[in-house]
Amino acid sequence: MSAQGTVVIATERCKGCELCIPACPPRVLAMSETRNAIGARVPELLPGCTGCGACLLVCPDFCFEVYRYTGEA
Amino acid sequence: MSERVAERTGEFLPRLQLSPDHDLCPGCGEPLVLRLILELIDELGLAERAIGVVGIGCYTALAPLIDLDVIQALHGRAPSLATGAKRMRPESLLFTLQGDGDMVNEGLQEVIHTAARGENVTCILLNNGVFGETGGHMTATTVLGQRTKNTLEGRDAARHGHPIRMCELIAPLGGATYVARGSVHDAAAVSKTRRMLRRAFESQLAGEGFSLVEVLTMCPTGWFVPTKEGPGYLNGVLGAVHGVGELKREGKLLAR
Amino acid sequence: MRRLVEGSEAIADAALAAGCRFFAGYPMTPFTELLESFAAKLPAAGGACVNAESELEAIGMAWGAAATGARAATGSTGQGLALMQESLSELTRAELPLVVFNLARGQGDYFQATRGGGHGDYRLIVLAPIDVTEAVVLTQEAFYLADQWRNPVLVIGDYLLAHTAEAVAVHALEFGALPAKSWAADGGGGGRGRPRHVSSLGTTPGSKGIDPERAWQALAAKHERIAAAEARFEAEGVEDADLLVVAFGSLARFARHAVRELRAEGARVGFFRPITLWPFPSVALAAAAARVRRVAVLEQNAGQMIDDVRLAVLGAAPVVGIGGISTDPSGFGIGRLLDPENVRGRIAGALR
Repeated sequence: MSAQGTVVIATERCKGCELCIPACPPRVLAMSETRNAIGARVPELLPGCTGCGACLLVCPDFCFEVYRYTGEA
Repeated sequence: MSERVAERTGEFLPRLQLSPDHDLCPGCGEPLVLRLILELIDELGLAERAIGVVGIGCYTALAPLIDLDVIQALHGRAPSLATGAKRMRPESLLFTLQGDGDMVNEGLQEVIHTAARGENVTCILLNNGVFGETGGHMTATTVLGQRTKNTLEGRDAARHGHPIRMCELIAPLGGATYVARGSVHDAAAVSKTRRMLRRAFESQLAGEGFSLVEVLTMCPTGWFVPTKEGPGYLNGVLGAVHGVGELKREGKLLAR
Repeated sequence: MRRLVEGSEAIADAALAAGCRFFAGYPMTPFTELLESFAAKLPAAGGACVNAESELEAIGMAWGAAATGARAATGSTGQGLALMQESLSELTRAELPLVVFNLARGQGDYFQATRGGGHGDYRLIVLAPIDVTEAVVLTQEAFYLADQWRNPVLVIGDYLLAHTAEAVAVHALEFGALPAKSWAADGGGGGRGRPRHVSSLGTTPGSKGIDPERAWQALAAKHERIAAAEARFEAEGVEDADLLVVAFGSLARFARHAVRELRAEGARVGFFRPITLWPFPSVALAAAAARVRRVAVLEQNAGQMIDDVRLAVLGAAPVVGIGGISTDPSGFGIGRLLDPENVRGRIAGALR
């Protein structure tokens, strides 16, 4: 089953606080080994996003943009 | 793989926020409340009728990001500035944004009298149980056992007295119509806090009197805990003393 | 048409004539009647008067009102003004117009008014009326100057000014056009990327960080421009004076009367009265003192304005204090010094 939603993450301003990881209900956010310009590890999206927007609510740095898929092209 | 059409349901920034750029600590809970306030004011269509009065604390750094008319107050003084501004602009939506050090320490008299007078303003208390900006010192809301820079062994009632629970202090006052305490330790708590802020704003717009929304926010720096443990500490330590929920609605105290 | 009215009420009438629509205060003698007058008159004029829970909140409320663009005022007596000092400094930095009244207990608040008890570099324009008639004019002018310069203006009086009844007619006075208050945070500026932020911190909407150095330097430069433009004084008989008497406020009325009496008897005595305590009319005083043999400062305190007189005179003539602390058993400032014979005797004594 394909994901119902997805997010765009503004990793350049992520401070690596990791609050989004446990906040995500389907647990599809994980910290990657990638670091941004300020040296923080940034999250990456795994398959299964529902577009619920929980990550957006808990991110102190406004790093998330949330989408819901509305159908096949 | 075929392409899929998606609808954007969540923006990086609320429309009323000028920039995401701030230097608050990783894991700070305060920006989460800013998002809620700005989203709500936009939803209520009040961008051209809102005035924010900001106190002094870490969150002061968020004031320049706000695309609303803002008055900067001194530490503790926001409720009196809000009173004067609202009396001159009664049609405005008037909110204060203050930390616990600001409202409950320096400005305790101001908020009590503003509530007792029933001024039609909404005071928003960002409560992280410390003076964050000066490095994490005890405030009047610091809980017993909490370690801070000046209570390194943990707050001890015999030496440092007891915490003040702000909502419980304000709710009995006749001029206060809506009093609630929320939290931002997880997405569900953030959503509940959003509803509280909305009810507070609506009560102000209906001219029902003074409203207070206290929001427990994470301060892992001030608590000397790893960033990831901020939400757990918030809910488990602060939340155990400063209980989340509505205390007063439409002028009536609620059973808790 | 003139009517007999006490100073406190006349000042409130003048403020309302100037468009003041907000007042907040806390009762304290001899300021209390000014609060009562505003409380009685503001609602009917479409304004608001709030009985603040302390002087600290009173100035906070006036600050908030002024920040929305309204003409606002507050006041107290010296002790209450003492509580307002942090706010006075900060709202001067926020470039807010505000009129503040000190109905003082004597003249011991000169330092508080002119040096300021708040933090950092800031200045208040300070106006010291000699009587109720002048207070009615200076009160209205205070609102104009506050708006013109975007700076607080302190109007300082005393028990005598508050409680003396004079026949005055209060008409709205014109002082000139003022620009619109486009800086005011009245709620209408949101949602278009250019909100109005009224702040003392040197912030800019949309930008991270603060630049207090730039803001404070600009403020100091503004105060230098005010100092160059707004010094006011009254002088009589200085052309041929051997003795120059300097006094301000209610006590100056006694001094002026004594000087006129003595001059009519042939004494070579002149009179100089600063009307602005800040900016102090140093240039005019230096000119008035240039050829005198002695300068005598008559003030109702242990010697405060005398410092500014000495700075202005700069050694051209000796400066002596002929006033002193003088008050009544309640400490409200109605001391024996406020007496025509007493004042005349002190001035005559300085002539020898």
